[in-house]
Amino acid sequence: MAKNESGPADIVPASGHESSSAIVLGTAVVSPDAYTDPGLPPHRLRVVDTDPKAAKKAERVVYALFYISIIGSVFAVFAYMFFSLDSNDLNSVRLNNLYIGLGITLSLMAIGIAAVHWGKAVMADKEGVDERHPTRGTEETRARALEIFKEADAESGFSRRSLIRNGLIASLIAFPLPAIALFRGLAPMDVDPNNELKHTMWEKGLRLTRDPSGLPIKASDLTIGSAFQVIPEGLIDLPEHEKLDAKAKAAVILVRMNPDDLNWSSAERESWSYQGIVAYSKICTHVGCPVALYEQQTHHLLCPCHQSQFDIENECKVIFGPAARPLPQLPITVDSEGYLVAASGFNEPIGPSFWERLN
Amino acid sequence: MSTVATNQQTGFVGKASNYLDERTSISGAVKEFGRKIFPDHWSFLLGEVALYSFVIILLSGSFLTFFFQASMSPVEYAGSYVPLKGVEMSAAMSSTLDISFDLRGGLLMRQIHHWAALLFVAAIGLHMLRVFFTGAFRKPRELNWSIGFVLFVLAMAEGFTGYSLPDDLLSGNGLRIIDGMVNAVPVVGTWITFLLFGGEFPGSDIVGRLYTLHILLLPALVLIFIVLHLMFVIIHKHTQYPGPGKTEGNVVGFPILPVYAAKAGGFFFIVFGIVALMASLVTINPIWAYGPYDPSPVSAGTQPDWYIGFADGALRLIPPHLETVWLGYVWSWNILIPILILVVFLAAAFAYPFIEAWVTGDKREHHLLDRPRNAPTRTAIGAAGVTFYAVLWAAASSDIIATHFKVTMEGVINTLQILLILGPIIAFSVAKRVCLALQKKDRTMALHGFETGRIVRLPGGEYIEVHQQLDVYDRWKLVSFNDNAPLMLRPNPKGKITGGMRMRVRLSRWFFEERIAPVTPTEHALELESSHH
Repeated sequence: MAKNESGPADIVPASGHESSSAIVLGTAVVSPDAYTDPGLPPHRLRVVDTDPKAAKKAERVVYALFYISIIGSVFAVFAYMFFSLDSNDLNSVRLNNLYIGLGITLSLMAIGIAAVHWGKAVMADKEGVDERHPTRGTEETRARALEIFKEADAESGFSRRSLIRNGLIASLIAFPLPAIALFRGLAPMDVDPNNELKHTMWEKGLRLTRDPSGLPIKASDLTIGSAFQVIPEGLIDLPEHEKLDAKAKAAVILVRMNPDDLNWSSAERESWSYQGIVAYSKICTHVGCPVALYEQQTHHLLCPCHQSQFDIENECKVIFGPAARPLPQLPITVDSEGYLVAASGFNEPIGPSFWERLN
Repeated sequence: MSTVATNQQTGFVGKASNYLDERTSISGAVKEFGRKIFPDHWSFLLGEVALYSFVIILLSGSFLTFFFQASMSPVEYAGSYVPLKGVEMSAAMSSTLDISFDLRGGLLMRQIHHWAALLFVAAIGLHMLRVFFTGAFRKPRELNWSIGFVLFVLAMAEGFTGYSLPDDLLSGNGLRIIDGMVNAVPVVGTWITFLLFGGEFPGSDIVGRLYTLHILLLPALVLIFIVLHLMFVIIHKHTQYPGPGKTEGNVVGFPILPVYAAKAGGFFFIVFGIVALMASLVTINPIWAYGPYDPSPVSAGTQPDWYIGFADGALRLIPPHLETVWLGYVWSWNILIPILILVVFLAAAFAYPFIEAWVTGDKREHHLLDRPRNAPTRTAIGAAGVTFYAVLWAAASSDIIATHFKVTMEGVINTLQILLILGPIIAFSVAKRVCLALQKKDRTMALHGFETGRIVRLPGGEYIEVHQQLDVYDRWKLVSFNDNAPLMLRPNPKGKITGGMRMRVRLSRWFFEERIAPVTPTEHALELESSHH
């Protein structure tokens, strides 16, 4: 049974309390043959209404709980005093937390349960009924409200004096502009983020050093299958916050593999490695978490944040997960003393993609 | 003007209230609201839990501000926690450790704050589900749904900004993910992160900026929207579940003074007590175990706070290699699509009341709630939405699921990818079938009554089970519900059929085609008659 509703035809004469407005039922079906509301069921007395002993008991429970709450509060204060923090004993923190917390819990819960029990079992069980009124104002009020707007419009000339009105609107649109300009100051004025995102500390001849000690690494330090967390030489000497900014871009993972296991797309690409030692950016190309997990058996690098997996055997191509691009490779070689150094900086921006990445 | 003291104005209470009233005219408010009736139901407490959690958050948060230093300037940690002694970290991290280890009750306050925050978002979510599944969002409450929705988003923003403040390893990685996501936004992304972080990630400004948002701007907004939300609850009066004596024109329940004041006031203390109990017994966010933020290390099994899970899950489920270069610029679909999915999902939740109102064309006020079964399609849509959210949420723990149940990570992700699409469809049809079946059961019950278990042998040797008819009150619960029929396509007065009309008819059919009408007295009488023959 589909309902035939076509515009104004379905305005049904008003009935019930919404007397001031016509009721539009829409697709709702109101059957003339429907049950009538039997009204509120008869009131049922509680045990406390019929049994004076139960009533007395409920009353006792309520005030007892209020006094128990005081015990909780006092207990918490004593716990604060006697479970002090001992800097040589971590357990003292646990006990301090536990006992102050339990005291406060008791104090709060007892008040809460007492008040609710008071409301349910001791206070008069008198259900009430409130009449509802339609949310809309009365016709009279609505008419007056409309009239006020019209009067205000006539008196101010808001509609009639269009030059003033449009001037007001235009100026209101323009006035926040300086505020937007002011917020440019949130970041340094003379720095272009594109430039920053495209450059890391790495440059030709810079030694690979261990994170966090900053000690340089010899090719012979790495056995096949081992992996080092690497930062550029000199990073640890930077001031603290510059250090983190630089590290967020320059962190590298260094892995030594059997050279036969490595597949290269070109001889040039192969030259970026040194005797099976390869260095890849540690910053995930997805959203920038450190790709910190190295699976020795499969030679996969795994990002613990969103499970992107990169295959070291195949130039760190994405083999699973949300990342789109391989991890950028840092070309490496050894210097005259046998230490691993960067043969150049990265050949592409590291880390997550950004709009102007290729410009 | 001198006042003639009446009987009521003697004694301390009388005098005090007289003093107040003559200066504030508060007696009017007491007369208006003091005996206002509130209906009773456990599900109405969910919104209260949200409100009370917010109060707890304000109280515990204010305490924390006295000790926390929202600064990223480097310090050498010199507090009591031995494993981190001498480690260079930000003042934010160091002061958070001091709150935890060198301030009596400080850890308790931190844990109360964090647990209450988790509860705040959870209670809002459950409250929204209650409102959705009972149709409480219908006219005149559509705008209040929108306000509540804004509160939900604000609560998540409050949560995330707070989570990022201690500048520990986990929160730093959370910010790194935000940085990576915003970078993917076409045209403006790079600049927005640059401005947000005051330069490059991580920079030395972000904690201070998030702090201002966290303790000033966002709480002020939350407060304003809570006031608006509650104002509308007063204007509309609370909805009530259908039942005998409850009509669209009344509210049945207990008065604010005294019963509701006692119950709701007491309930605040119970919620606070439960949060305090959790904070005393269960550790939350042990930043000392994570250490200060460093862009290089991260531990396996990183998890965001629960309410960010669905966003993190969306990031994990997108298949690999989705990035294109077009016009020389990078389009990171692997991030843009998840963001779009989340925005569409949230926008759909926001818009649902308006869509349903358009489909039904019902312009009446609704103060009686629907039992979920009596709005099968709405309930099914809700079930599909919950399933979609749940799959995204589970995806945020894909690695933990894999390690915990000893299955492959790839298997978990692939399964969840399929479930994200199939799950909502299955949930929709199952929920709809269940609703219709329950409605049928209600019909049978209303027509035949319930089985008494009494077997009677008739003189002819036939055995029958005696059915007991329901009493009028129980029957009313089963037969009084809102019934809709699908719309028929008819030209409008101008003789035209517009695209919008077709759309509306199609949706209406989808909503109401499968329909179980309520039992009518005539039907019942016929049924009784036939069973007596």
